[in-house]
Parts: sequence; structure tokens; C-alpha cells
Amino acid sequence: MTWIKESYHRTISEAIKRLRGRAKSERRWSSMTLWLGVAIVGIMIILSLSAGWIGFENPNEQDLNATLLRPSIEHPFGTDELGRDIFTRILHGARIDLSFGLITTYASLIVGMLLGALAGYFGGAFDTIVMRAVDTVISFPYIVLILAIASVVGAGLFGAYIGVLAVSWALYARLSRGEMLVLREMQYMMAADTLGFPVRRIIFKHAIPNLLRSNLVFSMSDIVLNILTLAALSYLGLGVRPPTAEWGSIIAQGQKYLRTAWWISTLPGIVVVFVGVGFALIGDGLADKLGEDVTGAF
Amino acid sequence: MDTLNDKPLLEVNNLSKYFHGKQTVLNRLMKKPPPKLVALDGVTLNLNRNETLGLVGESGSGKSTTACCIIRLYEPDNGSILYNGQDVLAAHADELREIRREVQLIYQDPYKSLNPRMTVRATISEPAKVHGLVDRAGGEKLVKNLLDRVGLPSTVADLRPRALSGGQRQRVAIARALSLRPKIIIADEAVSALDVSIQAQILNLFEELRRDLGLSMILIAHQLSVVAHLSQNVAIMYLGRIVEIGSTSEVFLRPRHPYTAALLKAHPSIETSRCHTPALTGEIPSPYSIPKGCRFNTRCKFTDALCFEVDPPSTEVTPGHYAWCHVLPEYDKITSKQS
Repeated sequence: MTWIKESYHRTISEAIKRLRGRAKSERRWSSMTLWLGVAIVGIMIILSLSAGWIGFENPNEQDLNATLLRPSIEHPFGTDELGRDIFTRILHGARIDLSFGLITTYASLIVGMLLGALAGYFGGAFDTIVMRAVDTVISFPYIVLILAIASVVGAGLFGAYIGVLAVSWALYARLSRGEMLVLREMQYMMAADTLGFPVRRIIFKHAIPNLLRSNLVFSMSDIVLNILTLAALSYLGLGVRPPTAEWGSIIAQGQKYLRTAWWISTLPGIVVVFVGVGFALIGDGLADKLGEDVTGAF
Repeated sequence: MDTLNDKPLLEVNNLSKYFHGKQTVLNRLMKKPPPKLVALDGVTLNLNRNETLGLVGESGSGKSTTACCIIRLYEPDNGSILYNGQDVLAAHADELREIRREVQLIYQDPYKSLNPRMTVRATISEPAKVHGLVDRAGGEKLVKNLLDRVGLPSTVADLRPRALSGGQRQRVAIARALSLRPKIIIADEAVSALDVSIQAQILNLFEELRRDLGLSMILIAHQLSVVAHLSQNVAIMYLGRIVEIGSTSEVFLRPRHPYTAALLKAHPSIETSRCHTPALTGEIPSPYSIPKGCRFNTRCKFTDALCFEVDPPSTEVTPGHYAWCHVLPEYDKITSKQS
């Protein structure tokens, strides 16, 4: 009989080992995506901030003797029709684009999450008002509404900020309200109530940390969307004014040379995609990492 | 004993709670009111100091609603609740906070009642800190003492709930409730989500706490065995009303309400596996349409004409043992007729 027992124990312990191994490799994979994303975005930020010191000082320096040059050692991404170095312009444009993406996303995340959380928790008239406002904003095509607001405020970076901020909070509000409605029914939220905690504490210490995960994960794809929106606005002449270097405007200006000098539009486009993938990877890794806290088995 | 201690710690009188269903367009056109769900209908209970009261009934009989009304998670529609002579229903924000501090609810599912993002230490020390009972250093000591009290090693303090088993989580939830030095603990099906072996441990812990800390407890369960050992008094609920109440030994050994007898009989036990006929047939009626007369008449085997007409009054069968039944069959008769 003992051999049965032993083989049984062996099978069980092997199964546990296998499960642990799988969980471990999954964990390693999720942290790998996270760090890869952080590396991509980090490199972009560091390069753009240090552009002046590593030999890419002036994004608007023209050299009419060196127009429409192919990518080379001297000009890694080539030059445009005015002889400006495209790589320098991309690095300087990154400052505007990344700060635009981060600021609009996180400002609207904070506002939207608070409004949504309060609406979901209290319900009633406040809920109705907030959610009807959200419905109104969401019912318009995203870009059309931003275009309308930005053109009312006036062309320029400020108009783009206002336009995007006015629209993108709505999705966070809807997301947070839905999550809050689920959370409210959780017994630990009821417990917080019966333990006599003040409402402010229940919302900020017990609910918001649990809402944060889905909001943060969503924000990562939102950053990309907002950066692309700025690019689109600039492309349409509503974002930054020329000759300011900005990804969208570089791509827009290169469009007319697409057949003769493909690099002017294509290479900045690839950079946008690259950064977008970076943020998406962060979002993915973050979702797994933050989820572990709550569920993780073994 | 002075006179204050002779009064019950918690008095619930004639408590009623209705929920209103959805009003449909058709109903509104026909000027009908929305359907009314009767969750509680005239519940009267007393809880004495250092006593455990069992509250038993099927799902939907109003046990949890009673608990939620006592700490005012729900606002009752009718009746009164006196805690220590203080009117709970009239209490304002600060008074209510004080009452809720002293009357703690322990929830059914320890997988849902602990915040997944907080460590055990934070979970246990937070209530006392919020109520200003301890400072930071006192919080550390409190966590250590309470973990010891509920039988957990102090090493779990840094873990999050996900690292704990169901029984350990429920111990953490109990420690959290104890951190406010409550006078009453209401255990709302606190063991029904746990393994049977763990149930016994948690129930023993409740009994220890009652004995050592002088707590009063309301033990809500749908299993009779859970309350049988721990409670001095027991109330049987059916469809929002108490049908039988009395001392545990009296009610369990000599039940006079057919529903109590059926519950006792329905309880599975290994020895009496010969019983093939179910003790109770059918479902508890919809609380939207309470039967006329006695509300148990749809499932009772002892009904006579009166049961379909008149709500049964309470009868004191022996001192302190009340049953709400017209027929009041004897226990022997109940078993012989049903098996």
C-alpha cells in the first residue's frame, strides 16, 4: 500500500510544482512587458530631454544646401524640404507630444474618476446630472467634438489642451461609476459603513484604490489616443503652429513629399507607433501586476 | 444585579420593513401602487446582556434584514429599536456612529468582507484609529492582541487577505469587529461559507469571546446545529415573522410550531438516514404576496379552516416559550405524521 501513497504524493507535489512554475513564468512575462514598455517610453523621454546635449540642438535650423536628404549617419532620419534634421525635430516634438499626452490623460483621469466615483456612490440627482453630461459628450464623435471646441477656443496648443480635456474625462467617469456600483455592493464597503467610517474615508481609502486599476490600465491606451489627437489637430492646422516641431505637424508637412522623400512622414509615424506600443505594454503589464495583488493564486 | 442590568440590552419591537418593487407602466396606467415586498412584518426580539440569541430560518425569511435594520443599514418602515435604552432609529450621525461601534456585524462571506488591497494589520487597526481609540503605537499592540485573541499567529499581520484561507479571513473579520470593543456582535451567517471543520472552530471562538469579553451575540443561521450549542434563546423566522421563540432547549426539544419541527426534521444527520420523505415540500411563498391567514399554511400539514382565515396569535406554551400557531401540534405527533 505504501507505494500507492508515495506515488500519489509524488503526483500531487509534481502538479503543484508545475502550477507554480506556470504562475511564475506568467508573472515573469507580465513584468517583462511592463519593463519593456517602461524602457521604450523612458528612452523616448530621456532622448527628448537631453536632445540639446547630444548634438541635436535646434529643430528649426535650416540648411538649404541639404534639403530632402535620405537618412544617413549625419542625418539619421534624413532632412525635410527646408533642410531641417528630422531626428532633431522628432526629439524636440516629443517634449510637446509626451507632455500633452500625460497631462491631458491624467488630469482627465483624476476629474473623471472622482466624478464617476461620487456619482456611483451617492446616486440620485448628482448621478443623473453627471451621467447625462457624460452621455452628451460621448454621443458626439470624439474627434468632431474636439475639433469644434478647439476651433472655438482658437488654434494653438492651448485650444488642443482644452478640447481634449473637455472630452476625455467622460470615459473615466463612466468607467469609474460602473466599477463603483459593483464595489458598493461588496461587503467590505458595507463593512466600512458599519464600522462607522466617515463617507470621505470610505470613498478615498476603500473605494478609490480599488477603482484605480482599471482606470490606470485604460489611461495607458488613452495617452496614445490623446497624442494622436494632437497630431491630428496639428495636421488639420488646429494644433501647434509651424514651425514648431510636433509629430503630427512633421507628418503633415512631409505628406506632399511622400513619393519623393518617404522618410519625412514615415519615420516620425513609426516613432508614434513605437511610443504607442510602449504605453500599451505598460498598460498590459500594469493590469497583470495590479491584479496579482487581489487574485494571484499560488 | 442592579435594575439597569435586568433590562434587555437590545429591544426590537414590532419591526417592519417593506421594499417596493418596480412600478410598471401598465400598473401606473391602472393606478395600482407598485408591488410591495414584505421583508419584515412585526418582529419583536429581546437580547439580554451576555446572552446568545439564535435567529434561524430559511433563505428569504428576513434574518439578515433584521440584522441590517438593527444597525440601520436599512431604514425600517415601522417599529422601534432600543439599544441600551437609546432609540436607534432616532439616532443622528454621531450617535449612530457610536451605536455602530458597539453593535458590530460580521458578514457571511469572508472572501468579500475584507478589502483586498489592505494588509491584515491595516484592516484590524483602522477602525480603532478612525474612532480615536488608539494611537499608532497602541494600534500595533491592538493588532498583536487581537490576532492572539482570535487564534492567528502575529506573522499574518503583513499579509493581504488573498494569502489567507476562508477560516483565517473570518478570524481577521472577527478581530476587526472586536477592535472597536463592541457590546453586541451580530454574526450574519458568519460560518455558512466555511468548511464544516472550520465552522466548529469559529463557533467555539464565538463562545469563548462571549464568555471572556462578556459580549452579547445574535447568531443568524439557516442551520439549526449552528445555533443549538451556542445560543441560550432561539427565534425561528418564517417569511418576515417570528413563528416560535423561546429557550433553545425548550424550542428544540418540544417545538410547538410545525415549521420548527420541520426544520428540526430536515436537518441531515448520519444516524437517521432512513428518512425518505422530505420534511418540507415546496418553496417559501413570494414575499410579494403573503398568504392570507397563517403564512405557513401553504406548506403545513396540520392546517384547519381557521389557518386560512386568521393570522395566528401568540401562545405562551410554557413560560418564555411562544409559538404563533392555531393548532400547536405536539412534537411526537409531528414526527409520527410526517415520517
